[in-house]
Amino acid sequence: MSESIMTNAPSIVQTLRDRFGASTYEFRGETSLILKTEQIVPACQILRDEYSFELLTEQTAVDYWPELAPRFHVVYRLRSLKNNLILGLRVPLEGNFPVMPTLTGVYANANWFERELWDMFGIRFEGHPDLRRVVMPEDWVGHPLRKDYPLGYEEVQFTFNFDEIDVRKPYAQE
Amino acid sequence: MGIEQKLGNMGVVTLKLEDVVNWSRTNAMWPMLFGLACCAIEMMAAQAANYDMSRFGMELMRASPRQSDLMIVAGRVSRKMAPVLRRLYDQMPDPKWVIAMGDCASCGGVFNNYAIVQGVDEVVPVDVYVAGCPPRPEALIHGIVTLHEKVKGEKLKEWA
Repeated sequence: MSESIMTNAPSIVQTLRDRFGASTYEFRGETSLILKTEQIVPACQILRDEYSFELLTEQTAVDYWPELAPRFHVVYRLRSLKNNLILGLRVPLEGNFPVMPTLTGVYANANWFERELWDMFGIRFEGHPDLRRVVMPEDWVGHPLRKDYPLGYEEVQFTFNFDEIDVRKPYAQE
Repeated sequence: MGIEQKLGNMGVVTLKLEDVVNWSRTNAMWPMLFGLACCAIEMMAAQAANYDMSRFGMELMRASPRQSDLMIVAGRVSRKMAPVLRRLYDQMPDPKWVIAMGDCASCGGVFNNYAIVQGVDEVVPVDVYVAGCPPRPEALIHGIVTLHEKVKGEKLKEWA
């Protein structure tokens, strides 16, 4: 990545810091702002309309289990094609059943990102038009990318335990 | 040249019905187009000029389950795909066979986790397992020839 993309315009970061009282941190030249749940929609509105961050390139989450405050971080990555900038936003969420406002009103493509976050992490987005599972089957129980979700590991069949496992295997019929 | 010269002008062959039906089934077994992952690439290679599966009467891959006899499950089957796989299998007309191609379809392979079916034999009855990750076209062809051997040994009373 070229140097120009890595460098965030300090004025934008400073403005948001002043307006929302957000804290910032920098990692390998990329700046991220830490915002509260209720600030994310107005912040993105400002970034899109006033600072021409036209693109929401990514919305994802991190699970910090067994920590509970915050348990999750929702991560947004905004891109300004006009000014050639990248800006990260992070929203810490507390507890096992977090709820936060949807970003679909600002960036329409947040729709499927948020569906995926609901599917994989169980983060509920209030005001989302169609919050269904998008990756896992409709009737799936649980949210697989949570750290306390079991991996579903099946015991490996070797010669010494072949028969024992073979009895338990659910073979399909015609 | 072949059998017709040895027969002379008679034009009649006597055979067991069982043998002739099994022979025709093995030599025109139409596989279903069902590539799921990287194994599908090897399956395509097996179909293409170098390996040429049409030598075994399989030049046509059918996109419709209703026209196919053989399902080659080429790749890992996710839990979301499993009902679709079963439905396609149910739509195939009898007689039908299944080849689990590759480690993922046979036993889950490296994907030992919640999202992947640990062996497609949980969903459909499998006739031949082909090992490999992915198996080379030779291995797939070996699997198909093995299946042909199986089909040739099928008995008339078992169909009825």
